[in-house]
Amino acid sequence: MSLSQLMLGPNVVLCNAASQTYPSCNTFTHALSFFNKIEGSQATARQTAELLRSVISQQRVPYTNQAGALIDAVKAIGEQLIAANPVELAVGNIVRRVLHIIREEDLSLTTAAIGGLNLSAVSDDENDDDRDGDSTLSAAAVAAAARSTLRPPSLQTLLEDTPVSAAVPQTSSSGAADKSSRSRKLKHDVIEAVNELIQDIVTCHEQIAEQAVEHIHQNEVILTLGSSRTVLEFLFAAKEKKRSFRVFVAEGAPRYQGHLLAKELVARGLQTTLITDSAVFAMISRVNMVIVGAHAVMANGGVIAPVGMNLVALAAQKHAVPFVVLAGSHKLCPLYPHNPEVLLNELRSPSELLDFGEFSDCMDFGSGSGSPLLHVVNPAFDYVPPKLVSLFITDAGGHNPSYMYRLIADYYSADDLVVQRRATAGN
Amino acid sequence: MGAQKKRAAAAAAAARVSEDPDDLARQPLQAILLADSFTTKFRPITLERPKVLLPLVNVPMINYTLAWLEAAGVAEVFVFCCAHSKQVIDYLENSEWFSQPNFTVKTIESHNIISAGDALRLIYEQNVIHGDFVLISGDTVSNMSLTQALQEHKERKKKDNNAVMTMIIKKSKPSPITRQSRLGTDELFMAIDPNTKQLLYYEDKADHSKGTICLDKMLLAENPSISLHNDKQDCYIDICSPEVLSLFTDNFDYQHLRRHFVKGLLLDDIMGYKIFTHEIHSSYAARIDNYRSYDIVSKDIIQRWTYPYVPDVKFCGNRATKLERRGICFTAFNSEIEQSRSAQVGSFTVIGYGTKIGSNSKISDSVIGEGCTIGSNVLIEGSYIWDNVIIEDGCELRHVIVCDGVIMKAGAVLKPGVVLSFKVVIGERFVVPAYSKVSLLQQPTVHDSDEELEYADNSSGTVEFSSIQGTADQSNGEMTSESSEAHKPKLGTGGVGYIWSICEGGQEEEWRHSVAPIPEDKLTELSEAMDDDQELVTQDRTALSTSGELISDSNASEGDDNEDSKDDSVYFEKEVEATFLRAVEENVKVDHVILEVNSLRLSYNMTSADCAGAVFYSMMKLAIKTPHSSAIGLLTLYPSPFSMVASNAYPIYLSGELQQNTANIITTWQKLLKSYLLEIDEEIEIILKFEEMCLESAKEFSPLFARILHILYDKDILQEDAILRWADEKEGADESDKVFVRQSEKFIQWLREASEEED
Repeated sequence: MSLSQLMLGPNVVLCNAASQTYPSCNTFTHALSFFNKIEGSQATARQTAELLRSVISQQRVPYTNQAGALIDAVKAIGEQLIAANPVELAVGNIVRRVLHIIREEDLSLTTAAIGGLNLSAVSDDENDDDRDGDSTLSAAAVAAAARSTLRPPSLQTLLEDTPVSAAVPQTSSSGAADKSSRSRKLKHDVIEAVNELIQDIVTCHEQIAEQAVEHIHQNEVILTLGSSRTVLEFLFAAKEKKRSFRVFVAEGAPRYQGHLLAKELVARGLQTTLITDSAVFAMISRVNMVIVGAHAVMANGGVIAPVGMNLVALAAQKHAVPFVVLAGSHKLCPLYPHNPEVLLNELRSPSELLDFGEFSDCMDFGSGSGSPLLHVVNPAFDYVPPKLVSLFITDAGGHNPSYMYRLIADYYSADDLVVQRRATAGN
Repeated sequence: MGAQKKRAAAAAAAARVSEDPDDLARQPLQAILLADSFTTKFRPITLERPKVLLPLVNVPMINYTLAWLEAAGVAEVFVFCCAHSKQVIDYLENSEWFSQPNFTVKTIESHNIISAGDALRLIYEQNVIHGDFVLISGDTVSNMSLTQALQEHKERKKKDNNAVMTMIIKKSKPSPITRQSRLGTDELFMAIDPNTKQLLYYEDKADHSKGTICLDKMLLAENPSISLHNDKQDCYIDICSPEVLSLFTDNFDYQHLRRHFVKGLLLDDIMGYKIFTHEIHSSYAARIDNYRSYDIVSKDIIQRWTYPYVPDVKFCGNRATKLERRGICFTAFNSEIEQSRSAQVGSFTVIGYGTKIGSNSKISDSVIGEGCTIGSNVLIEGSYIWDNVIIEDGCELRHVIVCDGVIMKAGAVLKPGVVLSFKVVIGERFVVPAYSKVSLLQQPTVHDSDEELEYADNSSGTVEFSSIQGTADQSNGEMTSESSEAHKPKLGTGGVGYIWSICEGGQEEEWRHSVAPIPEDKLTELSEAMDDDQELVTQDRTALSTSGELISDSNASEGDDNEDSKDDSVYFEKEVEATFLRAVEENVKVDHVILEVNSLRLSYNMTSADCAGAVFYSMMKLAIKTPHSSAIGLLTLYPSPFSMVASNAYPIYLSGELQQNTANIITTWQKLLKSYLLEIDEEIEIILKFEEMCLESAKEFSPLFARILHILYDKDILQEDAILRWADEKEGADESDKVFVRQSEKFIQWLREASEEED
């Protein structure tokens, strides 16, 4: 079922709020698929989050199972957003983050309600020991269950003092008025949390850049490939702290974004050397640290990055140069890479490699066997396995590749790894 | 008060006018999309479905065009529908194009339009185009960005109001052997001013056999520099100013966008309208004009030249597909296909949703649509199979197009270049010969020339379509059984459909325009022909380097002139003969005949010697034709002292009769002949002409040559000087040329003696 069909369906006529949502969603889907008008994962992530926020705010929630309704609504849109451009993993990440937020908020609300209930139960039913014990027991049991299943133990949760809540089915004792206030509160809390997420996405460059002085030292030589906003900000931050260092920029064929990066670095007064991608191995022995951006970071600590990155990583390993990857938390993807060279890749137009006119005679299908002898393949991304990465720097600090799965467990819930509405929800 | 108001209004109006240019610049970009190509290249498929809805890598063609227009920033598109307009409109209404936020699609429907020119005239009448617009046909695939071309166009327009159109071109080398572009169209020659990018010359039907093109001399004189290209491809994307529409209205004979409109503007220097070009480099643009370009554009799409309009990126209504790596190359797959483990799907193949592939089948370089069932041991190579096709076990398909709903029974074979239209059934083990087209509809019997066809029967196309609908709606069994009985031998047992006969002269074109690659033998043939050409050219030493392909103007035109004049003289002779015969039949006065021949002479620009020759020729012809019986009474043997003819095979009485006839005619018409014999040269011309006739067209005269020469001398038509000069000229000639000189030797001898005596 496509968005347009949704639009033409009768439910739009009935529900005004939804019809306001869908066109913007439609534009967004098209924007994603057409020409990648939104360039860069940060902007995409932000757009996705903003879109989902508006979906949530316009979603009418029923009295029972509000979280379920919100999750279904977000999943419905999210599924299509992901399908529109499956290669841009940031979209899926944000959809999963929002789903996680809804679950968390629902959980904390429920715990609060149960806590309140328990308190009132204790105060009201002093003489009824059986019931009291029963209810506390059940709450504790459920909380324990929740700790073990819904939320795998993480450093954050272990250190946290606050009692962890459970997704209990709503007790029948809460009144209707209570419910409506709760539903409003849930929505409000979720939107609040999504706003925080958006804020995080917006400020991720600065938060990463703050750590620059800890990593870049005086008179070092830094090598980078292609262009990345995060890397640019990171280097500027070090420069602003009066560190003097040199930067080698590999141009990043075939899109040559390294040229742009070199231009910007020079504009900020950094000593810059531009080299070809193929010269990386020759230069790496003089380099103290490789700092690059990423397209996505997978759950195993592998990196999806612009094409050519694997070569740089291999060269760095050969000469024992630290290979540092900068990635905002919206780039952390809870999926494991299976066949990443193909499935998580994007094959771009061959025209970036060669001029169609010059080679048009090599692609004459009219003569010979009918299939051309010349094939041009232009993959956009490389996969760098985790063993080649020395350090990840995210907005939450620096991490080892083997720690990535833990970080990811904090941001995503296991239920959402596959963003696909269940068959029943589809009906 | 009133006056003041008026003035204020006038001022306001003036202000509005002054703002106008800015308004124009800000106006949303419009586009005209012609959803009809006004050609019949895709028959028989287009009899049942409009060309723009034919699937191109499983997506209807028009979607590529619309998706591009939207991405290029066009705000409003007018889709002009003609043939099968209902299908196009229905499709668009059900697609997502009508529900885009910043992109409106409107349809204009008309049934009695037969050319692009008519369509534009109709759009002009509707008065919907307000500013610059993009003119494109619904079968164009592109991913170029319009911004730069549009800006160039606007700037030029601001400077020069006559710059009405910008044409998008792209570099693409033509095949050196076949002399046709990659897209199967003819080689295109363009002359472009390298500085201003103005288009000066456009020729898409250059004469391959001669290897020459003719440029107007003025072109070279007026422009300081010209670059002549044969490696440019016309993308058929035009950015036009609104004047273009009015130009079409003014020149109601403009039909074809290129052949009439562009060439018309280039030739017409009164209005001074100019066309400019914009070359695109890294982006892609191509128009699907024939089956070969369908094949080539499909392959370009699969090879991702049209990125982002490729099968695995969702751009409009296409289902999500994913790529899989097969060997080195990639294959687009839909997630929901059933494929047997032993089936081999090769590289550069796209397989649609819900298709089943049986065991041991091999598929490569092909596009397979949705819901197809392919049996086991099937071989598919370089083919285009649309939706819901059933291919049973053991079939072989190489370089073919198979439309929706076709059923191929077990063991059927399609040779390269075959096109199977909708719902055809091919019988068991039937082999469809190469390049044949099979349809449920019978071939239209009218065969016009190619040129006329393009404009002729679009209206009839729609009529036929409605009749098809009717038949299709009828109970299927009845129809099929009927047709299968009638055509059982044609498509094997159980086969349904008609094999269209290839029209005469079409054979040559079939291999040029089919989906199949050009066969080996044709290629060698062509390359040999080309070698010959090149040898010729080098002998002539007229060719510049091959890249230039320009043979210097003067030589080319000279050659043309010679040929032309030869043609002319033949026509002239015929005309004179006809005039003369009419004069004889109708007893026209000699003066009048002279007048008529004179006017002919002027119109063909001939000398009086030519006239004399022609008149003499006609007279001699008449002499042969005149019934011999009429002359029988006059049968006398002319005792000629100069005759050497006795040994000749002709009966002597006949030659005598012929001689008599000739003498009569010469006597009757001597005045006519004399009027052209002003000088001795013309007289010699007559003798030469006569000689030529005796050798070639009228051998009956050859025994009589000397006698008739004598008659001519007697009648004062030829002077002795002329005859003597002729004899002298022939002195040095070959033996074979001297036959008639020797025949008339005695006569010449006598003449010489006579002249001496006179002296």
